[in-house]
Amino acid sequence: MTNAALTPDPHAWLKARGRWSPFEIAFWAATLLPFFFFPSYLPLASQIAIAALFAISVDLVLGYAGIVTLGHAMFFGIGAYAAGIISSRYGWTEPLTGLLFAGLVAGAVGFIASFLIVRVQHLALLMITLGLGLLTYELANAMSWLTGGTDGLMGIDIAPIFGVFNFDLWGRTAYAYSLAGLFVGFLLSRRIVHSSFGLALRGVRENVRRMPAIGSEHRVHLQKIYTISAALAGIAGALLTQTTETASLQTLNFERSADVVVMLILGGTGRLYGGILGAAIFMIARDQLAGINPQYWYFWIGFLLMLVVLTMPKGILGGLARLAGRRDE
Amino acid sequence: MTAAEPVLATEALQKSFGQLQVARDVTLSLPRGARHALIGPNGAGKTTLINLITGQLTPDSGRIVLGGEDVTRTPVAARVRRGLARTFQINTLFPDLTPLESVTLAILEREGAAGRFWSNIATHSGAIDEAFDILTRLRLADVATRPTRTLPYGQQRLLEIALALATRPKVLLLDEPAAGVPKDESAVLFNVIAQLPDDISVLFIEHDMDIVFSFASRIIVLVAGGVLLEAEPSVVRNDARVREVYLGQGTHG
Repeated sequence: MTNAALTPDPHAWLKARGRWSPFEIAFWAATLLPFFFFPSYLPLASQIAIAALFAISVDLVLGYAGIVTLGHAMFFGIGAYAAGIISSRYGWTEPLTGLLFAGLVAGAVGFIASFLIVRVQHLALLMITLGLGLLTYELANAMSWLTGGTDGLMGIDIAPIFGVFNFDLWGRTAYAYSLAGLFVGFLLSRRIVHSSFGLALRGVRENVRRMPAIGSEHRVHLQKIYTISAALAGIAGALLTQTTETASLQTLNFERSADVVVMLILGGTGRLYGGILGAAIFMIARDQLAGINPQYWYFWIGFLLMLVVLTMPKGILGGLARLAGRRDE
Repeated sequence: MTAAEPVLATEALQKSFGQLQVARDVTLSLPRGARHALIGPNGAGKTTLINLITGQLTPDSGRIVLGGEDVTRTPVAARVRRGLARTFQINTLFPDLTPLESVTLAILEREGAAGRFWSNIATHSGAIDEAFDILTRLRLADVATRPTRTLPYGQQRLLEIALALATRPKVLLLDEPAAGVPKDESAVLFNVIAQLPDDISVLFIEHDMDIVFSFASRIIVLVAGGVLLEAEPSVVRNDARVREVYLGQGTHG
């Protein structure tokens, strides 16, 4: 039955799936362009990098493990406040350890929340994530002694990175720092996606009913990825706090949870670059459209979202991959 | 466990959905290497019985013993890891994964390696070899790297079995493995089943009596949730009650 010419080599095939493509290398080289060609857009570029890291963290649970969430801003916000509080209240200004701290705090909250998350599905899951997000927002609002409430957190001071690179007015350091954060988060996610754990997550997404029948404790997988995702989202939030030296309730609001899902749908879920592309399109569109008509810019986001969903159900990257005739990651 | 002891046994299993009794006093035993068929009219409770044995459903009373241990309250996944695998009547596969990925995943889960997120999937070369070996035996090697959803239906039925085999079962429950497969193709499928290792005990549900009589060493006839008869094929073939059930001339309650 097996034909030597047709039979694939399983090892080579699996290895090829995890290999870096020239497109990826070109993409990361291109992320350096703003330093040279768009210096006035460096603050925006930094915001894009942060949004992209947040989108990747959501993609790990939504795109890979199939956990829909409308409340992931809670982890972004917890990370943002953790990084702010450690500086403003405790005077710890070293940025890298601040990031790590924020990631740990968000990850710990994510781990606790994961016990609830893995017990529900579909609409109930949406409502639970939404509820947790709203709860966290109001808690932060009420605990103004810690968070500064609606005024935001004041007095955040961040020391130079490695004691050398100061956060400058033009946003050079901020973009370099956010981009580095995005890149490291991306590398970590890429490893996860191409590991046996990544395969197990896709198994859960593709058919959660079959997982127990192959002997899988899939809830443990889900808790693990939810925790990792929460930590990454927290680091994204911390990057925002550190690069802007502010932390506000906006980091926690529902709009941020919804926006990040929109970014993923635009770019394409279940393919790490989808989140990055979606974040770039969303943030650039917001920047440009807000310049034209600040009140109605969501009109165009809504328009774009419908256009993409109707014409490219797998997002822009999915559409491009189909055009190119290859199944991309 | 001695050689004579059954690999799988159920003792007086009972299950009701409201007024409807779907399993009544089902006592079965499956010795090592068994090739038992489970037959019965539609609605007899065959799939329900499989769901009870594998743990998708919990019995109201009775016991399930796997390899000498009581697993009545053991979760589905833990039973699978103890050697109890099943296939589904309706394809329950991973549509967007390839057969190679699906079977490799099942093997990694068995080995407890599926949670490792730091090393590339390609480093698990033992599991990949084993997966490809299973796929080759089931004549799926050529399509091993195509997404499952693009495979013809008959090959998806084979993949159902491949996934179950990847768990290295001691007991394999096949819920209508050839369901929906044209008759000429189902021969291929049952050839695969006939070539399963002798130490695996197989219980299969099948409607095609030709297949049942050529593959089963023993037949269990289930009617209205209860065992009507368990006997050798020749006995079942000539049993008046079985004929009655299958010709629809009477009802048993």
